[in-house]
Amino acid sequence: MSAREAPTPYWLGLLPALALLVLFLVPFGIMLAVSVAGREAGGFFTWGFDLASYARVFSPFVGRILVTSVAIALGAAILAVALALPFTVILGGMSRRAQTVVLVVLLSALSLSEVIIGFSVNTLLSQTAGVGNLLAWLGLLEAPRAFTPGLFALMTGLVYLSFPYAVLVLYPPVARLDPELAQAARTMGASPLRTFATVTVPLLRAPILGATILVFVFVLGSYLLPQVLGRPQHWTLSVHITDQAIYQSNLPFAAAMAVLLLAVALALVGLSLLVTRERRTGT
Amino acid sequence: MSRRLGGLYVVVLLGLLSLPILVVAGVSLNGGQSLRFPPVDPSLRWYGELFRAADWTGPLRNSVVIAALASLLAVAVALPLALHSWGRGGWLTRVLMVLGVAPFMLPPVITALGFLVFWVSLGMYGQMAATVLSHGIFLVTLPLVTISLGLVSIDRSLVEAARTMGATRGQVLRTVVLPLVAPYVVSGYAFAFVLSLNEYIIAYMVAGFTVETLPIKIFNSLRYGYTPIMGVVSVLFVLVAALVFGTIGAFGNLPRLLGSDRAEGR
Amino acid sequence: MNDLALRDLTKRFGPVAAVDGVTLDIPGGKFICLLGPSGCGKTTLLRLIAGLEDPSEGRILVGDEDITDRPAHRRDFGMVFQSLALFPHLSVGDNVAYPLAIRGRPRAERERRAAELLDLVRLPGMAGRRIHQLSGGQRQRVAIARGLAVDPSLFLLDEPLSALDANLREHMQVELRQLQTRLGVTTLVVTHDQKEALTMADLVIVMDKGRVQQMGAPMEVYRDPANAFVAGFIGSSNLLLATLLDRTTVEVAGRRILLSPEDRVKAEPGPVLLSVRPEDVRLAPEGLLARVTFVRDLGESVQLVLDQGGREMTALFAPRDRPAANVGDEVRLAFAPGGVVVLRP
Repeated sequence: MSAREAPTPYWLGLLPALALLVLFLVPFGIMLAVSVAGREAGGFFTWGFDLASYARVFSPFVGRILVTSVAIALGAAILAVALALPFTVILGGMSRRAQTVVLVVLLSALSLSEVIIGFSVNTLLSQTAGVGNLLAWLGLLEAPRAFTPGLFALMTGLVYLSFPYAVLVLYPPVARLDPELAQAARTMGASPLRTFATVTVPLLRAPILGATILVFVFVLGSYLLPQVLGRPQHWTLSVHITDQAIYQSNLPFAAAMAVLLLAVALALVGLSLLVTRERRTGT
Repeated sequence: MSRRLGGLYVVVLLGLLSLPILVVAGVSLNGGQSLRFPPVDPSLRWYGELFRAADWTGPLRNSVVIAALASLLAVAVALPLALHSWGRGGWLTRVLMVLGVAPFMLPPVITALGFLVFWVSLGMYGQMAATVLSHGIFLVTLPLVTISLGLVSIDRSLVEAARTMGATRGQVLRTVVLPLVAPYVVSGYAFAFVLSLNEYIIAYMVAGFTVETLPIKIFNSLRYGYTPIMGVVSVLFVLVAALVFGTIGAFGNLPRLLGSDRAEGR
Repeated sequence: MNDLALRDLTKRFGPVAAVDGVTLDIPGGKFICLLGPSGCGKTTLLRLIAGLEDPSEGRILVGDEDITDRPAHRRDFGMVFQSLALFPHLSVGDNVAYPLAIRGRPRAERERRAAELLDLVRLPGMAGRRIHQLSGGQRQRVAIARGLAVDPSLFLLDEPLSALDANLREHMQVELRQLQTRLGVTTLVVTHDQKEALTMADLVIVMDKGRVQQMGAPMEVYRDPANAFVAGFIGSSNLLLATLLDRTTVEVAGRRILLSPEDRVKAEPGPVLLSVRPEDVRLAPEGLLARVTFVRDLGESVQLVLDQGGREMTALFAPRDRPAANVGDEVRLAFAPGGVVVLRP
């Protein structure tokens, strides 16, 4: 019986199991319950079974928000991955020391609060500091102007937010790529750009698709930049959930929208897993 | 892309990435109450102010306390879970691992709202303990990933060797596994600490009106009156993050920690 | 020294029996090599003895004591792993003294014993070094010292020298053998290298497909293989299909050959395999017809590669006996008296 004894005692799993059950699964269960609870004016909610919130979720109002959210998130995700892909491939070819330095910068940017990113980009694009000022000083603008709020500011902020994430999602598959494949293409006369287009990108097709979906979900979760950098028509589902929960005191409606967002996110994460797995076994 | 052009691309993007931070750093040096760039009457006045002004020292203390305790909780949950998964496996363990990673993969608003209704139901809405526990669970993913990576890199024959030399299971864990995985535990704690410091939406939903953290304070200032202290906090956060990740990069193997198999440095 | 006994020891992984009904008596105090091709079950057998795997069936006994159900950490054996398994977070001295620390011995005793063991493996004064500061050969010695720290009743080594380059390897083989002779500890080494086994061992156990094929002294196994597998695996051997007519005559390729009284016959009349070592093949005026296809000059010896009726054979000569044959020449082959083993096919 001795050798089959696992290296850890069985009760070791109990504490984390309990913690995750009580502090993660139970809150989700309660959220589901709240999404069908009744609204209580001035308070939080009263338990019950009322599908009114879901009726509101499947209304043109929420439909428009969902379309806006998806359009904005998809645009930002594609931009971020397009910028991140060559970046990651170049990064993967660097020395370990150089890679470490770049990764430190990326992690620092990635860990920054959306609040700080919002504030920084806002300041950069504002009238009194940053780009507007610079362009006026160069004589390209007659007077300093602000580029925020607006769609441009919002997309800048979202790409800023998701670029480091896109690089880190692409990093493992790119780092695992056999460098001799690209080198072989070079010896056969392909230029670096051609090698990138005909060898590297096709090899990474599945990871690129998977990364785009993950970055899309990541941007979908952005709750603050649309408020700080966008106009009200750019507010995404995440913003509206926050707004309903905190300012409109309508927890059941917020919960129902969160369930919708959860469903979309889970479906997409599942899809990304499927994409990357099928490719791996399929070829 | 020749080598030089590729290097240029990386440098330009990193430059763009640091541009807003540089502007904010400049703004933080303004002598007056304004947010101008380039700064007017440069001075370090607001850096002192962060540690003096009562309406900022409170959030500063809250943020540090929450980050320190929540990361501890995250490690306390992640370490046994990672060990359990490494030592035993099985479908139940896999489900637990997915649960440990899930909070981080989903849009944070969902997790935040889940915590909000949970603490409301328990009557703990608005308490700092609620923020600490919520952050702790939310951030379990980070130490879970780093510690699991550390455990996978331990040669199984080290464990077997210890057994043949007379070590019991507990002794193997204490004298071999834990010392080898300790750097990964520390990295996991540091990752979680930095992210807790920066986390906004959960802290805001769980106790935003009573336990103000620095990100909440900045957001409120965005709405109700700008001050260069916002720039000071941003610069400080960037410095903390760079310091933490730089230290991990200097002493550990950051490329491996982030999923590069080939970066087996000696 | 207690003897080690295995009784019908079997280990199945799913439907595959990695170790298949092994029964062995291993005398105490000897140096034994477990030899076989990769996948033959030798490492699994060693791990069963160490207690790192549970047998599916069978018993393991030390002296009169049944230790089958005793966990690895209470067997008090020493073991050296193929990867060496030195603890990277401990110094050389702490690695060597680890088994003593586990047993709660006081620091002074641990340090004294570690120094003693490091002297023994000729690494004096290295206790304070880190593992990553050592060369491959030095790490090897640290692992050996650590395995001997508690004066084990049995010392197990799993391919201990496989990571070393050829020169160092041969040197360490001699050193390991000398160390064992001095200490007298029963030592069981797993190896796939037959030269290593012949150099070190008092006894060689040849395994294939989970079973023991032969156990015996190195020269016995070499000169007198029990079956075709052992003949082919130990050293290089010419294996010829033949027909045994009676105790003294075989027919090969239509030609009758008389066996000498020293030749060993281990088969009944009928189809058989002849095993002949290359050094026992001679050129003669009469005998099997063959053609020289290659001459390999190895310095210490000369090897002829021959084509005998479509089958490849080799013959080995000392340089002074070098035959005057060149590639393409036809030659006749005979076998030295006592050089032929007649085996069941």
